[in-house]
Amino acid sequence: MKGNLSIRTIVAIGIGAAVYVILGRFLTIPTGIPNTNIETAVAFLAFMAVLFGPVAGGLIGLIGHALKDVLLWGSIWWSWVFVSLFIGLFIGLFARRIAIENGEFGTKQIISFNVVQVIVQVIGWFLLAPLLDIIIYAEPANKVFTQGAVAGVSNIISVGVIGTILLAAYAKTRTKGNSLSKEA
Amino acid sequence: MAVNILGYMERTSPIHKLSGITKLIVFLIWSSVAMLTYDTRVLLVLLIASLVIFQLSKIQLKDISFVLIIILAFLALNNVAIYLFSPQEGVQIYGSSHVIWDGIGRYNLTWEQLFYQMNITLKYFVVIPAALLFILTTHPSEFAASLNKVGISYKIGIAVSLALRYIPDIQRDFRTIAQVQQTRGIDLSKNEKLTKRLKNVISIMVPLIFSSLDRIEVISNAMELRSFGKHKQRTWYSARPLLKADVFTLMISLVLFIAAMVITFHDGTRFYNPF
Amino acid sequence: MRQPIIEFNHFTFKYYSQTDPTLKNIDVTIYQGEKVLILGPSGSGKSTLVHCLNGLVPFSYKGDIEGELFIKGNDTRNLDIFTISRMVGTVLQDTDGQFIGLNVGEDIAFSLENEKVPQHVMKESVQRVAELVEIERHIDHSIHELSGGQKQRVSVGGVMVNEEVEILLFDEPLANLDPATGQYAMELIDRIHQETNNTIMMIEHRLEDALHIDFDRVIVLDEGEVVFNGAPKQLLASHVLNQVHIREPLYLKALKYSGCEIEPDMGLEHIDTLNIAEDCQLQLKQWYTKSMERGEEEAFTPLLEVNNLNFRYQQDPILQNISFSIQQGEMVSIVGKNGAGKSTLSKLICGFEIMNSGQIFLEGEDITNQTIFERANHIGFVLQNPNHMISKHMIYDEVALGLVNRGYSQKEIEERVWETLKVCGLYQFRNWPISALSYGQKKRVTIASILVLEPNIIILDEPTAGQDFRHYTEMMEFLRQLNDNGTTILFITHDMHLMLEYTSRSIVLADGRLIADESAVDVITNDEIVDKANLKRTSLFDIAVKVGISDPKQFVHHFISYDRKVRARWQ
Repeated sequence: MKGNLSIRTIVAIGIGAAVYVILGRFLTIPTGIPNTNIETAVAFLAFMAVLFGPVAGGLIGLIGHALKDVLLWGSIWWSWVFVSLFIGLFIGLFARRIAIENGEFGTKQIISFNVVQVIVQVIGWFLLAPLLDIIIYAEPANKVFTQGAVAGVSNIISVGVIGTILLAAYAKTRTKGNSLSKEA
Repeated sequence: MAVNILGYMERTSPIHKLSGITKLIVFLIWSSVAMLTYDTRVLLVLLIASLVIFQLSKIQLKDISFVLIIILAFLALNNVAIYLFSPQEGVQIYGSSHVIWDGIGRYNLTWEQLFYQMNITLKYFVVIPAALLFILTTHPSEFAASLNKVGISYKIGIAVSLALRYIPDIQRDFRTIAQVQQTRGIDLSKNEKLTKRLKNVISIMVPLIFSSLDRIEVISNAMELRSFGKHKQRTWYSARPLLKADVFTLMISLVLFIAAMVITFHDGTRFYNPF
Repeated sequence: MRQPIIEFNHFTFKYYSQTDPTLKNIDVTIYQGEKVLILGPSGSGKSTLVHCLNGLVPFSYKGDIEGELFIKGNDTRNLDIFTISRMVGTVLQDTDGQFIGLNVGEDIAFSLENEKVPQHVMKESVQRVAELVEIERHIDHSIHELSGGQKQRVSVGGVMVNEEVEILLFDEPLANLDPATGQYAMELIDRIHQETNNTIMMIEHRLEDALHIDFDRVIVLDEGEVVFNGAPKQLLASHVLNQVHIREPLYLKALKYSGCEIEPDMGLEHIDTLNIAEDCQLQLKQWYTKSMERGEEEAFTPLLEVNNLNFRYQQDPILQNISFSIQQGEMVSIVGKNGAGKSTLSKLICGFEIMNSGQIFLEGEDITNQTIFERANHIGFVLQNPNHMISKHMIYDEVALGLVNRGYSQKEIEERVWETLKVCGLYQFRNWPISALSYGQKKRVTIASILVLEPNIIILDEPTAGQDFRHYTEMMEFLRQLNDNGTTILFITHDMHLMLEYTSRSIVLADGRLIADESAVDVITNDEIVDKANLKRTSLFDIAVKVGISDPKQFVHHFISYDRKVRARWQ
């Protein structure tokens, strides 16, 4: 599978990871709850996963998140990096049927995109992240499950609102302007 | 414009002279050990070793002070959170309870809890210098080649290298876009309602993302025109061959790794129990 | 007889996404070692032609091909893109996008890496090529330390490093360079040609600047068809350029306006070789005296004043002691070297960056401490790349955004947006999505979105970049109209004629200092300033000197006002 990555996908992974880092560093929305931000980078990850597919989604999650951790913190929180990979991969996998390149992103697609993202993120943040935290870092269970749940809710909101809007905006640019005519 | 982002620092030191592959492998071994072990003895040895290596690398504390402050703040917060959520975690792990101070309900303070939290903190202190050293002493050009040499597809290596290459450009785009949107009244620093903030954020993300999609198009063409992906392998202009010092370093790391694993797991648990 | 290297036989190409073919029935043969210039307005198919040669068509951009294309005798239908790119090297217009490596050496080596060339061989090849393109002293530098001209040299190196390459394609190599650097780039390309005898094909619409070196042939495309294919002198003596709206060399234009008979053998390609017959000289002088008019001088009131501005980035001084003032109703250009601080100066005026010392006054009021948002009520800034500004789907919403955020009523917003769209010639598109607009129209949308806030002054970064001569004229006439209606305009440009033609005054920056603040004609005819700021003297001045006109500067003035009246009829 990896041997056949197209050049465009590879470049999308590289540039996607760079944008992920910048969004993660500079563009977060405080929710009012201490230490909990809405991460725009997750919404962008979901967007790229739908556009470029599961491999690109997974690798943007992995590379982007790992680079962000390293460049900003000097260390990598592997458990959460892995969850980003998981989310990019599975949103990309299940959202394949959305023909976003043809400009199709109506109610039906919006619903299926959101069903997919909620399921994937619930598994990722509510289960995977805390379990990995416990296995890797032996942190207290109730602490990491709470952290996972808080992150999960805010990321589901991020993808649900920002991700959906980004995809809709993209789909609109793909529709052909055949019916356009100048008005006086 | 690369404010507050870590990057390669040019120095002449034995650590800088090692090949990127060596540093990558050592970094991976080092962080695996630190992740897996809770053995205080192993952690202490690693901590001392990493401080010595740090000294060797000629990276100064002031070079990384801003990151250190963030990390220390994070560690402090994390420690508080652990205690709040699970004040008896240490007692559970070590199977005994030596109370220092009696608190309300389950919130007392035990030696076990202190020891447990000290170990968690130690783990970070072991990983952080290794990661920092890796970033600060490995030239990004060498990074892709190193990934490829440890068996990762060169296409992934190039993707990582592209990310490093374009982070400053995208950061510049981001700044310009944010500034221009400010002229139109979109200000992220202002304290506003959540819905308004969401709207503002989108006004910045749309131009940033769409112009990045254009960029993907241009770069893909440029790479296509320069024979990228023609063969199953490629060579690397910036790769550095393994020298004696590299082989030596790798062997020592491997021995340390095995030793650490044996010491940690020989008694069937990864916690060292002094109690 | 020379060997044909590229042969188009009844070649037609249609993109899948379009209904009409972009290239129609092309029949062109190019011989080994030729230097060919390709001209044509936007949408004429120039870029598609180049993509057909380097393999991006059909491997990256899909479509239907009819007829044949042979490269070195091979039918391209039987080749893959890797084989083609070994014969054909392409230097893209966007040198930032083309720069893939993290430093100069690595980027030059990129295609060798992909060909699995051993490292020690690569190092030698890179060194050799770096010397050829004169970048050898910067091999370890990262892209962020290079100037625009240096980046371009690296791009050329990255293509030249493959020794089998016999055809070099250049896509608008002058686009992002200051005039002196552009001249140098052309000379470099010429030298590479002499040393390697490669075939060179270049798209470039700055014809006069491109003709700084000799071309064997020019091909002119219009609406997908070849409308001219022959020697430069034949082209210059014909009417083709005028018909397809490509700017002729100015000295030549002056001769044509004066009614001179233009013959191919007058040495038309260059002002230095130009041979003007006696009667023709006389005609030119007569044309000049017949309609002499002096530019009107008016008294103005100062609108924007910059006092002793200093700006450092980290420890490096970027701008030092900059002082100037802009009068109400003026149109002023900022010119100078790549990297001289022109964009930074604009950003400081708008408050994007904070200066280290100095003051800025607007209508006498000190705005030094105002925020970006506050200043935006009076000063508008239009970026070079419209895609960096557009965040909405519909034109109306994009233009309305600034007003919505300033809390105006719906009704007032609508009135002002309609009004602005009318001024900008976008009213008929008011219900269109922005994605359906052309590049130039998008740029207008971004100007509209600034204009709607009714600023006293607008600053534009390279308003004509990426636009052909016709769209350039439209854009500039539009700005002039705004200016006539009272908006003060300040713009950054590398285009010497743009500065001459549209601005009464120029602010010249070089190495972070203001080295001149005087009339555009005075700037461009002052050799010392031209040298320091990497500018280029206009050939109008040279031709006036050549025929012995006593006041060459006035001749320049005369030409500009005459030329503009002629071109106004295009619209």
